[in-house]
Amino acid sequence: MFLTQRRLCSLGSRTKFLRTIYSSKILGFSTSAVGITYHRLTNYCTYSAMSPKKEMSLKFKNAKRIEGLDSNVWIEFTKLAADPSVVNLGQGLPDISPPSYVKEVLSKVALMDSLNQYTRGFGHPSLVKALSCLYEKLYQNQINPDKEILVTVGAYGSLFNAIQGLIDEGDEVIIMVPFYDCYEPMVRMAGATPVFIPLRSKPVDGKKWSSSDWTLDPKELESKFNSKTKAIILNTPHNPFGKVYTKEELQVIADLCIKYDTLCISDEVYEWLVYTGNKHLKIATFPGMWERTVTIGSAGKTFSVTGWKLGWTIGPNHLIKHLQTVQQNTVYTCATPLQEALAQAFWIDIKRMDDPECYFNSLPKELEVKRDRMVHLLESVGLKPIVPDGGYFIIANVSSLDADLSDMKNDEPYDYKFVKWMTKNKKLSAIPVSAFCNSETKPQFEKFVRFCFIKKDSTLDAAEEIIKAWNKPKS
Amino acid sequence: MLNQYTMAFGYPPLTKILASFFGKLLGQELDPLKNVLVTVGAYGALFTAFQALVDEGDEVIIIEPFFDCYESMTLMAGGHPVFVSLKPSPTGDGDLDSSNNWQLDPTELASKFTSRTKALVLNTPNNPLGKVFSKAELELVASLCQQHDVLCFADEVYQLLVYDGVQHISIASLPGMWDRTLTISSAGKIFGATGWKVGWVLGPNHILRHLQTVHQNSVFHCPTQAQAAVAKSFEWEQLHMGQPGSYFAEFPKAMQRNRDHMIHSLQTVGLKPVVPHGGYFLIADISDFKSKMPDLPGAAEEPYDRRFVKWMIINKGLMAIPVSIFYSVPHQKDFDHYIRFCFVKDEATLQAMDERLQKWKA
Repeated sequence: MFLTQRRLCSLGSRTKFLRTIYSSKILGFSTSAVGITYHRLTNYCTYSAMSPKKEMSLKFKNAKRIEGLDSNVWIEFTKLAADPSVVNLGQGLPDISPPSYVKEVLSKVALMDSLNQYTRGFGHPSLVKALSCLYEKLYQNQINPDKEILVTVGAYGSLFNAIQGLIDEGDEVIIMVPFYDCYEPMVRMAGATPVFIPLRSKPVDGKKWSSSDWTLDPKELESKFNSKTKAIILNTPHNPFGKVYTKEELQVIADLCIKYDTLCISDEVYEWLVYTGNKHLKIATFPGMWERTVTIGSAGKTFSVTGWKLGWTIGPNHLIKHLQTVQQNTVYTCATPLQEALAQAFWIDIKRMDDPECYFNSLPKELEVKRDRMVHLLESVGLKPIVPDGGYFIIANVSSLDADLSDMKNDEPYDYKFVKWMTKNKKLSAIPVSAFCNSETKPQFEKFVRFCFIKKDSTLDAAEEIIKAWNKPKS
Repeated sequence: MLNQYTMAFGYPPLTKILASFFGKLLGQELDPLKNVLVTVGAYGALFTAFQALVDEGDEVIIIEPFFDCYESMTLMAGGHPVFVSLKPSPTGDGDLDSSNNWQLDPTELASKFTSRTKALVLNTPNNPLGKVFSKAELELVASLCQQHDVLCFADEVYQLLVYDGVQHISIASLPGMWDRTLTISSAGKIFGATGWKVGWVLGPNHILRHLQTVHQNSVFHCPTQAQAAVAKSFEWEQLHMGQPGSYFAEFPKAMQRNRDHMIHSLQTVGLKPVVPHGGYFLIADISDFKSKMPDLPGAAEEPYDRRFVKWMIINKGLMAIPVSIFYSVPHQKDFDHYIRFCFVKDEATLQAMDERLQKWKA
């Protein structure tokens, strides 16, 4: 169940003789050209016989695996928000500064010659060591830095490696709606079928609507599992709701994974951003789950450096090795100076994890204030935001705000039209929540819009001005 | 904001300068948004190209010796690699072999094209050989690609590192080739900063847009700072073109000296280097050793060059790469008498090499 079949079975790494004799000490060769080559040799394989002759396709046409995957909400909406006069609460991109020590270590590292050359493909040694040390505390178990950790090009890259490494054509993958939009195209690109289950809720009068009000129906969830189910993708804290799955909710998922012998791909990029009264729990720490779970994290979200594009996957070697195979056939290795700087930044904060100054503690405190500010602002104009328990987004139903959408394209969901109109006319951008839905569920969420609040106070001030000045909402 | 996400298909100042710098070399007006995609190294560019364009059952022609990922990436895309070897013509006694002496047989190359051929991978300057394909050779490849309506993946990472006044020509600049060629290159090789992992693909939008689709569904963005640094570096080089201090001018000269030094030194112990005209590497013929010491320890059926390299590391303290690993399995036995050395090394490393060779000779 855990091995991918066709795509990667012939690319499994094989120990080559060079591994046993390679030593840079012999001649002091740098790892630049010689060393990298022997690593590449480990994926030599034999190929299967040619498939039967198919109808010839036009040579310039795309390969079938990406058919229908060309549109992308971010490309579309970041273009719109690129206008500097627009207050951008759309893409999850901090405009607050990263911690100064993070920037300082990178500039120092860049001056060292050896750190500008190739490093270990599966993760720079000092970085995987730091990750192992940090996560051992959270998993309460030893984590082998070489075999149980893979460093990737952002958490996005980890998702890609996990799906390519573990999911086969014909498999089914359960995805909770709304979902971070790349899950669906990545599953389809692997030739598998996404199976959707919506989070459901109703606002309760007199009570603030919270992300914790959105839940999965356990019976409905079980009905999605069958013998073809290869994996379930879990995202906690959740984007866009900010939901932080509780112990009970995770137990339901874990029980089903074990019952149906399913993998769990757990996207935990916002793991540090959890607000008062909530605790982030790792499903991989639940009994029976370590051996079937790969857990993904992100430097960009941890240190507010999304542009560093470093992520990681942690899991048992029998799963991680397949992600490593994908890595050595895709990007091979990630940027060295960024990995070294990240390692050093981690060591600074690992040493002071109980300290309020530790960024893992100070950032959520800073963001909770901003969250509360956004909640208050949206409520003040009659909107009903869903208060997030984690993450840095907040969503609200905007149907009570006046907007003349008569000029917009008819075939687009309401929220797409609304956001485009708002960006152009109100100079405020956000992201339509139906972008996080499959086509069937889009109508359920098309009145919702997502705002990002990991923004400077001046940005939030500008957003506040725009929202407060909006036409008086209908009662 | 250099610490945050940039545009998915490339940091704008970088795509702008790549379009202008390489547009000149390709003889094309390049649009930074439509004709340039920044990737995670040239390796990432290759992966993106294979995934975007190679379907199950497609054939991909790979010229041997080849950089090993071409084969595995073809297989991962469900494709079928078809190999054709560069072969050396015999050299006169006492003459050094040269990379431009290694050529494709035109009839043999033509025979590899079928109705299932989707793409041909061309690596010039070539790793490991250091061959820089001549205009005539490129025209041969180009005419076959056009005749059979085949795409060309041109891996040109060593394009700025050419020697002896030899000129690197991009196949995309030949008539009829822009529309069917993806030209891949690398900041790592151009600026000697392999750890930055910044590469790019240049090509016509009707093909490049499929790579953009793969890119947005695999890594989505590349790191911003590394791209910003590469952009600034190109800008600096553009300003200082032809002036003292220009890395693009000085680095190839320095590496040519290294190459010549290594060629001279290796011969003192009976290794026979093949003179490369571009790139980081040279290969050396070890046939004399094969006839004098044919039974070096190793596994049964293990190609000679691998056994020789192991012996050389243990007994002579010198490391190289066996060239048979750059060949498809059926052809390894024919090319098991060469080993590859890298000469892009500092003075201290070359001196250490000389010391080991001195000891060897003694």
